Amino acid sequence: MPRTLRRLDLATGGDWQRVSSRYVVVEIVGTVIFGVVASAAAVGVWLLLEQRWALYAGAVVAAITLASLIREPRRVRSIGYQLREDDLLFRRGIMFQRFVAVPYGRMQLVDITRGPVARWLGLADLKLVTAAAATGVLIPGLTVDDAESLRDRLVELAESRRAGL
Amino acid sequence: MTSSLADGDWHRLHPATPLLRGGIFAFAALGFVIANLRERLIDIFFGVPMGSGDPLDEIYRRGAVGWALLVVAAILIAIVTGFYLSWRMHTFRVNDEIVEVRSGIVFRSNRKARLDRIQGVNIERALVPRLFGAARLEVSGAGQDANVQLAYLGSARADELRRDILRLASGARRAAEPEGEAAAEPEPEREPGPGIGERLAAEAGSSVGDFARGRVSEFLAPELDPDAAPPESVVRIPPGRLLGSIVLNGFTVVLIIGGIALVVSGAVSDRGWLPLAVLPGLLGAAGFYVSRLTRSLRFSIAGTPDGVRVGFGLLSTSNETLPPGRIHAIGISQPLLWRPFGWWQVRINKAGRSSNQGAAGEASTTVLPVGTVTDVARVLELVLPGYDAEEQRALIDRGMRSKGGDDGYVNAPRRAAWLRPFSWRRTGYTVSAGAAVLRRGIVSRELLLVPLARVQSVGIDQGPIQRRLRLASARLHTVAGPVTASLSVVDAAEAVRLFESIAAGAVSHAISDTSHRWNHTTGAPE
Repeated sequence: MPRTLRRLDLATGGDWQRVSSRYVVVEIVGTVIFGVVASAAAVGVWLLLEQRWALYAGAVVAAITLASLIREPRRVRSIGYQLREDDLLFRRGIMFQRFVAVPYGRMQLVDITRGPVARWLGLADLKLVTAAAATGVLIPGLTVDDAESLRDRLVELAESRRAGL
Repeated sequence: MTSSLADGDWHRLHPATPLLRGGIFAFAALGFVIANLRERLIDIFFGVPMGSGDPLDEIYRRGAVGWALLVVAAILIAIVTGFYLSWRMHTFRVNDEIVEVRSGIVFRSNRKARLDRIQGVNIERALVPRLFGAARLEVSGAGQDANVQLAYLGSARADELRRDILRLASGARRAAEPEGEAAAEPEPEREPGPGIGERLAAEAGSSVGDFARGRVSEFLAPELDPDAAPPESVVRIPPGRLLGSIVLNGFTVVLIIGGIALVVSGAVSDRGWLPLAVLPGLLGAAGFYVSRLTRSLRFSIAGTPDGVRVGFGLLSTSNETLPPGRIHAIGISQPLLWRPFGWWQVRINKAGRSSNQGAAGEASTTVLPVGTVTDVARVLELVLPGYDAEEQRALIDRGMRSKGGDDGYVNAPRRAAWLRPFSWRRTGYTVSAGAAVLRRGIVSRELLLVPLARVQSVGIDQGPIQRRLRLASARLHTVAGPVTASLSVVDAAEAVRLFESIAAGAVSHAISDTSHRWNHTTGAPE
């Protein structure tokens, strides 16, 4: 069986909109901070409490951090969204793939948030909220202009296709 | 008596409201006073001399009885005035579009709820208000803390108001003033206004007569609104079955295993104190059973023109009406221990949440605590109207009892056995008549129905192990509740098909859905 058939793929034909490539930096900063803090904690436990196992745990964490750093650009490239006729498609993930379709009429609100690193890079995250908590669609790493125009577009679309709950 | 509380004017609540709301506080205060006076009472009745230092003695000794009485009177007047003012200021109105409540003396609050967004109307009669012939009416909206509460109203008026609210919400205009007014003629004593004074007088007086009789008849009637609801519940749960269903669950098994372990360990080593240590746990367990029992007792579910009416409770009753289109997902399940008896449970997801905590709040998502296959079919007819064609009946029956195979469901492939060794045959889905039907579980069998018009979004996921097996998992996102509509193993290509078909179906059904104004005959949205 060819590898491509194993992966989930939607035959929608539409173009996936990618997020800004600068978003890689945000992800890398986050991963590095996590890796450094976790490793430092492990080293601290090893040195101060003389627990040898902490050293191995720390090494594992560091290795995982490095491995995910290498995959970071691909993961960011895997994030995409598509505005279809009646719904928004969202996908993300390489190892853990996820596809979500949200009908425009179901959007309750659209949120734009910006973390410190993202703000420095001129990026913003856009979050779609429906009545279901499980929807969980967060499109990260949009440029601020993109995020705002997308938000306005989505609100407009939701307005024209309003439905009850 | 005015014709209706839903005439757009401002109305006040039941005059006994402060008493009922402050009831617990009053009892506590009374208890406190009695506890403090106890020694004095003993002193008075038995003449045993007490030590000095009692504040009452002190007051008496200093001749300040007058002042003390004055202070007490002032406090009492302040409390009564406060209650009176808060009652005066607490008003509500219902018109064609909204329910609105204003309350508060110093901090005013004002809450409006749009009628076409109502998720349910709940009438609750806790034990004490019920004795007084009062009820709490709650109009629930979607989300946390989105309810409009009217506590308390006269019992009969609460029923009337519910009927009016539902009629207005349904989109039928006031022109259709119900002829049921005469039929539902309330007994005069239920009328608020001058009623309460006489009522209390009657209570205090020796002639218990009419008042008590009225109360008793009201207390025994499960539903006070005979014209609005067909009195028959579609299911009847024999007490034995209810008891059995409560005892037969995983918790009991754990309890029994724990008990055996305890006995064995007690016999082997002589730790006789151990049973004493678990006594609080046992009491807790007993409480669990009792609360489950009382909240399922006298369960009733009936269809009305304005939706499904679910009632339950023995001493404190609750009666919720769910208008059409307010049910977001339905889960039919059968724990392993229930299988020999053929019992099933039906639960639903709904957007409105009843504000009362604990037992009653949870129970309002259960539309059938325990029932046979026939009961399930009857309940389904109510909660998912239009799903009673021969084809759907067969589908549901197979969904509940079939072991899998080629039976109208798209099932997981054989390789899913790596992840779901027992239940893969039964893990499948189908879409029929505007609802997605998901089937899963072999030990504890489950069938989930989600009306496509209520699906919020749909997602599919694939992890590394699933990828190796060319599988994926799928989930229909609905509002939060006890039902989670997900399949953990689906063929990868099939998952994509499911995703596309549900996404398209959700859009098309949401557009054609008009249940937010379920009786709007003109067809035009407002």
